[in-house]
Amino acid sequence: MNPREEKVSIITEESTANDEDAEVGRREKSSKVQRQQRKKQPPRADSEEMVTGKAQPGQEEPEMHLLSMPARRGPRSLPPIPSMSRTGFAEFSMRERLREKLQAARSKAESALLQEIPTPRPRRLRSPSEKELETEFGPEPCKESQATSHRNDSQSYSRVKFHDAVQKIKSKPQAPPGFPSAEEAYNFFTFSFDPEPEEPTVKARAKNRDGTHQEEEGEEESPAGGMNKMDEEELLGSQDAKDFLLGLDPAPDEFVVVRPAEYEGTHTWLEKEKELLFFPSRRAVPTWKKLPENVQPRFLEDEGLYTGARPEVARAQQNVVENRLLRQEPERKWFGDDGRILALPSPIKPFSSRPRPLAQEPSAQAGLETHYKKAVKYVHRTQHVVGSADPPGSFQLDIDISGLIFTHHPCFSREHVLAAKLAQLYDQYLARHQRSKAKFLTDKLQALRNAVQTGLYPEKPHQSLDATQKTIKEYKSEIRETRKLRDAEQEKDRTLLKTIVKVWKEMKSLREFQRFTNTPLKLVLRKEKVDQKADEEAYEAEIQAEISELMEEHTEEYEQRLGEYRASYQQWKAWKKAQQKAKKKKKKQAEEHPEGEAEEELYPGEEPVKPIPPELLDHAVLEQQARERAAHSRRRPGEPVLLPELSLTGSVTPDDQCPRAEVLRREDVKRRSVYLKVLFNSKEVSRTVSRQLGADFCVHFGQIFNLQIFNWPESLTLQVYETVGHSSTTLLAEVFLPIPETTTVTRRAPVEEVEFSSSQHVTLDHEGVGSGVPFSFEADGSNQLILMTSGRVSHSVAWATGDNGTPLIPPPSQQSLGFRSALKRADAISSIGTSGLTDMKKLAKWAAESKLDPNDPNNAPLMQLISIATSGESYVPDFFRLEQLQQEFNFVTSEELNRSKRFRLLCLRSQEVPEFRNYKQIPAYDREILEKVFQDYEKRLRDKSVIETKDHIDTHRAIVAKYLQQVRESVVNRFLIAKHHFLLSDLVVEEEVPNMSSEGSGILGLSLFKLAEQKRPLRPRRKGRKKVTAQNLSDGDIKLLVNICRAYDIPVRKPPASKSQQPARSSRTFSDRHAASPGAHSPPHSPDTPLSQVSVRPFVEVSFQRTICHTTTAEGPNPSWNEELEFPFRAPNGDYSTASLQSVKDDVFINIFDEVLHDILEDDRERGSGIHTRIERHWLGCVKIPFSTIYSQARIDGTFKINTPPVLLGYSKERNVLLERGLDSVRSLSEGSYLTLFITIEPQLVPGESVREKTSDLLKKFDSQEDEKLLQATEKFQAECALKFPTRQCLTTVTDISGKTVFVTRYLKPLNPPEELLNVYPNNPQATAELVARYVSLIPFLPDTVSFAGICDLWSTSDQFLDLLAGDEEEHAVLLCDYFLFLGKKAWLVMGNAIPEGPTAYVLTWEQNHYLIWNPCSGHFYAQFDTFCPLKSVSCLIGPDNIWFNIQQYDSPLRINFDVTKPKLWKSFFSRSLPYPGLSSVQPEELIYQRTDKAAAAELQDRIEKMLKEKIMDWRPRHLTRWNRHCTSTLRHFLPLLERSQGEDVEDEHRAELQKQLGDYRFSGFPLHMPYSEVKPLIEAVYSTGVHNTDVPNVEFALAVYIHPYPKNVLSVWIYVASLIRNR
Amino acid sequence: MAAANPSVFLLMVNGQVESAQFPEYDDLYCKYCFVYGQDWAPTAGLEEGISQITSKSQDMRRALVWNFPIDVTFKSTNPYGWPQIVLSVYGPDVFGNDVVRGYGAVHVPFSPGRHKRTIPMFVPESTSTLQKFTSWFMGRRPEYTDPKVVAQGEGREVTRVRSQGFVTLLFNVVTKDMRKLGYDTGPADTQGIAGPSLPQGIPR
Repeated sequence: MNPREEKVSIITEESTANDEDAEVGRREKSSKVQRQQRKKQPPRADSEEMVTGKAQPGQEEPEMHLLSMPARRGPRSLPPIPSMSRTGFAEFSMRERLREKLQAARSKAESALLQEIPTPRPRRLRSPSEKELETEFGPEPCKESQATSHRNDSQSYSRVKFHDAVQKIKSKPQAPPGFPSAEEAYNFFTFSFDPEPEEPTVKARAKNRDGTHQEEEGEEESPAGGMNKMDEEELLGSQDAKDFLLGLDPAPDEFVVVRPAEYEGTHTWLEKEKELLFFPSRRAVPTWKKLPENVQPRFLEDEGLYTGARPEVARAQQNVVENRLLRQEPERKWFGDDGRILALPSPIKPFSSRPRPLAQEPSAQAGLETHYKKAVKYVHRTQHVVGSADPPGSFQLDIDISGLIFTHHPCFSREHVLAAKLAQLYDQYLARHQRSKAKFLTDKLQALRNAVQTGLYPEKPHQSLDATQKTIKEYKSEIRETRKLRDAEQEKDRTLLKTIVKVWKEMKSLREFQRFTNTPLKLVLRKEKVDQKADEEAYEAEIQAEISELMEEHTEEYEQRLGEYRASYQQWKAWKKAQQKAKKKKKKQAEEHPEGEAEEELYPGEEPVKPIPPELLDHAVLEQQARERAAHSRRRPGEPVLLPELSLTGSVTPDDQCPRAEVLRREDVKRRSVYLKVLFNSKEVSRTVSRQLGADFCVHFGQIFNLQIFNWPESLTLQVYETVGHSSTTLLAEVFLPIPETTTVTRRAPVEEVEFSSSQHVTLDHEGVGSGVPFSFEADGSNQLILMTSGRVSHSVAWATGDNGTPLIPPPSQQSLGFRSALKRADAISSIGTSGLTDMKKLAKWAAESKLDPNDPNNAPLMQLISIATSGESYVPDFFRLEQLQQEFNFVTSEELNRSKRFRLLCLRSQEVPEFRNYKQIPAYDREILEKVFQDYEKRLRDKSVIETKDHIDTHRAIVAKYLQQVRESVVNRFLIAKHHFLLSDLVVEEEVPNMSSEGSGILGLSLFKLAEQKRPLRPRRKGRKKVTAQNLSDGDIKLLVNICRAYDIPVRKPPASKSQQPARSSRTFSDRHAASPGAHSPPHSPDTPLSQVSVRPFVEVSFQRTICHTTTAEGPNPSWNEELEFPFRAPNGDYSTASLQSVKDDVFINIFDEVLHDILEDDRERGSGIHTRIERHWLGCVKIPFSTIYSQARIDGTFKINTPPVLLGYSKERNVLLERGLDSVRSLSEGSYLTLFITIEPQLVPGESVREKTSDLLKKFDSQEDEKLLQATEKFQAECALKFPTRQCLTTVTDISGKTVFVTRYLKPLNPPEELLNVYPNNPQATAELVARYVSLIPFLPDTVSFAGICDLWSTSDQFLDLLAGDEEEHAVLLCDYFLFLGKKAWLVMGNAIPEGPTAYVLTWEQNHYLIWNPCSGHFYAQFDTFCPLKSVSCLIGPDNIWFNIQQYDSPLRINFDVTKPKLWKSFFSRSLPYPGLSSVQPEELIYQRTDKAAAAELQDRIEKMLKEKIMDWRPRHLTRWNRHCTSTLRHFLPLLERSQGEDVEDEHRAELQKQLGDYRFSGFPLHMPYSEVKPLIEAVYSTGVHNTDVPNVEFALAVYIHPYPKNVLSVWIYVASLIRNR
Repeated sequence: MAAANPSVFLLMVNGQVESAQFPEYDDLYCKYCFVYGQDWAPTAGLEEGISQITSKSQDMRRALVWNFPIDVTFKSTNPYGWPQIVLSVYGPDVFGNDVVRGYGAVHVPFSPGRHKRTIPMFVPESTSTLQKFTSWFMGRRPEYTDPKVVAQGEGREVTRVRSQGFVTLLFNVVTKDMRKLGYDTGPADTQGIAGPSLPQGIPR
């Protein structure tokens, strides 16, 4: 009721709203309403409209009413009009007014409403109201009213109004005037436009009561024409009462006729229903109904045609459908020839379209169970570790040899021979029986005959006669063929049966004869009774049919012959025509007779002709023949069907009852045993156990051999061996097993039998018949038989399946397919392989090629499969597609999408491809994206496989570089994955739970104390700079501050005057003096005043990221600058993330130059007035600090050794010369120049340690082959160490190159250095050690942090390191330490901090009485107490078998004790509680060094020289670059010497030599020495010296390169570069 | 006038961090910053800001009103990585330590016009009860390493949070050239620029 109420309320609202203007437009409205009402009655609407429409504008309202009223009443109400006119106007108006009032009250609501409601609306409401009526008054009055209602339609609306008025009156007390109540409104709404059901009855009553007048009126409100005012009033009163009644009491008997409810009996109801409804019967429909008249059902299946399997439908269901179809569509088009409903083969898809649900829901517990996995041996990888895929998986072939049966054996007794024969025959019989070919052929024959029969009497004569004839002919020939086949089959069956019986009889007689039995074989013939009469009938019918067919055949044959005869006769006739007319005539008459018959024969539609006399004669013969044949091949009628059954139930005579010969035979059998060898690719892989031969000559093995193989097998052979007693073993036979198809896997493979036979000749002296020798069953020795040893091996070969169900099959590409072609077309399996069976397309192709009979029932399943397969529907999905409609939603094709550059860019960026990872602002349009963007990326992809030799002059290094690149990529990818793996600590900063036990600041009490601390202490302590997380930074925010403090021991200029001391100088005295004399500021000539001169004017130039700054020029060898240089820092690609910053490869180059002023004044006379000098700068040395070090260290503060060239022409270390010559060796170790620096980044950046630690954490967790306990111990150890000395790095496990965690001591193991290094100083261990250190230092340095973008330290083993020829401190240190261990030194790896490297690894050795600290990257060594030792702190020592953590108070090498045996000073990892478990090393057993190709080195040397020369010329674009050949060759001569002496102690001789050679040149230049990795660093090194930077007009250059090859491609490169200025 | 074929569109956001509802806390201040994708670049205005400390109103609402203005303009080529505003609210705890009271983030509304957004705020939870106690006691509540974490989905699975209160934001969004680049974000444009609405990135 809710919606209704709502409606009602809405209506009320509307009416109230309209109430105000209801007064005003009441009249109009009511009339309008009426009009609207009337519109619904089409026949009258027009006329009314016309009338009212005319009346309204001009006339008074009563007039209007007058006019409208009659019109409303319709044609019936014509009579009252005159009466109306008769009444007085006043009266009329009175009445009118009354009525008006009444109407006004009544129609208030309705008028308001009706205005709102458009006309179509009521129509909609009709049906509900009707329903309501029915419920109120029953259907009967409604029906009754139907007839009258349309007549009274015109009145109905007013009646409604009246009804409403009644309601209104009734409700007036409740609602304020003008407000229709809810019910009213509702009633009005629902009732307004329907004929009142009670109306006719009411009317009828009214008629009766009021007489004719009333009848005329028909309406209560309409005035009765002849009534006076009183009447009217009375009427009104009575009306009111009536209305009231009507309203109050819905069922007064005055209005409604109550009748008993009409009831239709069930019977009549059923009768009616029967007319309408149809119940299909469940009974079977007779076939004739379903077929066209006079048509016999035809069963295609019986005719040998293939019909698919019909879907299963219940019989009853089918009947119902058939009945229904017959009734519905009598055309029978739904029925097939066989009278059944047409049906396609089962429409159910043979494959489910969803993947099968898991066979068993694995229980939760099963998932949680732990499985034991066998430990895997730690496999040594040789070289290519990361890139290499898994080793070629081992595949497995399972060979199951279940047993062996001899079909003949020398030890067979005669009985055995017979038994074997019998068994064989029986097997044959069983096989035949199973196939029952004869029966099939009989059935086929029957079907064919039927078909011919139907063909002969066609129900459908419209079929073309020819076609029918043709088919019938075909059928007939088919029948002939089939019959012959059948006869043959039946005969075979019969003979077989006979043979079986015969053999059995023989056997029985043999047993009787020899009086013992050897075999348990027993044949039983079961007889099956048959119905004699039926059988006979069938037999006879069959023979009759056969005869008739034969007759036909013969007739046809006869016809044919006749035709032939006639043709020849015709010829003959033409020839004879002239002579013998009369004779011919006679003959022709004779011939015409058969011709008529032939005519008849030709039209098989007619009755078959009875054989004519000549054939009749044949009939008997034919019958005779047929009967004979039947008797021969067929069971006689009434003869019982014989079914042989072979059983092993017979008893074998025990030994003691047998004759001696037999006993001997049995003993011989017992002595024999058999085994099989399994040969794989003609190699014996295994053999079965030797089993004794049983009395039944069966051997059971039941063994399965699992062959682990790597390649596709070539052959698989079994060899059968027999052993007699303890004597020799003889090979009986070889059996070749087929290699299984890829689809055959274990558990599914069928057991197969393979026959074998042997050609051996055995003669035995007992009952055994022997083998290969003749023997006979007959007493007289006739009928000899020769039997060979033979037998069958039952086996199965299959591929094993792995743990996850995948078959362990070698890739099929390895199979050779060639030999198969011969077998093609013969057999589906052999021609396409079993694997082809799963490939439907292949199978279908084969079927098409081999013209497989699609109607052969044998092929039925295959054909169905193929048909489905080739139709493409049976695509068995091996996946489950979630978004099947994805295609629909793609708004462009994927090709188009892929072509879009923008999309590609977005994809690449989201994949975090390095080139695009930080690509910002991808353009909005495709056209704005330049192809260039992808070029680098594509090039990189292309180059992945191609090894480019352009950048790398020597190929080995190119390969290595490529490999390194790959390693880098894989590590970066791993890192990227790890980066997206978050830990809580990465996201949330949380204070650690205070640790009570720790002594640091962690104690709760202490922190409580801290709370009470003063906020602003009086003595503030220095606080660290605020660190900035590097995310919000942009270019220019970061600055690199380099503070150059001072330098020590800068080489000073050597007075050129010293040249004069040389003997060779004399010849050039003049020119020399000339050149030297003008320089007022230049060093004085006199060699004896070295202290008074301005020895050197050094300045420092710092270059970083192409920005160059330099300090002011200071003076003297120990200058002090104290200058701060500021460099802006730009991160690559503007990416300031931690990882990006860590991968910054830029170096800070700090070069020290000497500023030299040259006077170039040409004329001495101008000296007084002008100074004309040229500033030259001479490179003295450099310090190179990688940015990555600065970043990770945050600041670098210390004194660094300046990298000076071994020979600096024109300069010398004055102090060395003057003061320190001859001082102790320790001092001499620190020889060199030093620079004090302070470098930092402003603002301080948070170093990316967290990332590194996290990754290593991750790696530790997931990837390790170390023992779990050891890993736990390392964690514990590290935690303990970190607790005590958080700043000291404790190293226990490291990550190897494949990303696995390895215990660090595994890296330390004595390893052999190259032989030739050991042979240089055989008696000087110290020199050897230095040489070895030099060798190690020559391996190029490549920091891990740079190569792996700050991810983690990767430790490669020494062989990897040597192969890669690049590594950082750890690799160098490990190699050096290993060499020292080999040399018999006590050596340790020192982990600590050094300057400028930061955390690094050094090597510590114990010499006789002191420790030496070796820098593995430079090859230098320092004593423990050397103040200039770059190693500043020591945190732990690592030996080959232990790790010691420094728990001394200090960590500076100067202040600590290196005696690791003291547990108070060094905390050892392995101790008594955790003994060293003897970890195997990850290092190779021995390093193998290839001698480097000298020729290649020489070639490389030439190429580098050429390239450098070109570069120097390039760098001097504005000047001519001349090369001094003489000087170059001299320099080239020097370089090998330098190499030999390792750049030491050659200066003086060298200088002297040079002076001698190039005396008249002012010479500045120096040799550079570096390990060779690439060309680029060499070029940079040459460039940074600035030798080319001279614009003296007549300058000449000299450049020489020397490469000294060390084993394993380690190259030491020397570059001598010099500029010469000829002295005038 | 603008170019006929713009290569970027502009998004101008102004508005304010109006007020907050933190029933239990008082004297709070808030920080805001924007997180946006790689294709976005701020062209004008401030990307981040820190507000004054506000105390609760004395009336029934107990609102914390900042009325802290936001005004920033971005340019972009790609709606991917649409800017999000990340808010973090801080205030003193009982001991007077500044602790975080809530993190929250919301995308800048896509369609031009005036938008009001109320963001529920949350804070990360301590990992254990003991931690909770100590962090309360020490005034070092767990915080996100970077407030921007709340604008990304990655790695959130390792955290647990607790709801704290609400912050109401007002945005006035103006876009330029979005339609010309083929992105229709708002209600039908009254000006009806029949710009090229070709799908992006597809060659014609």
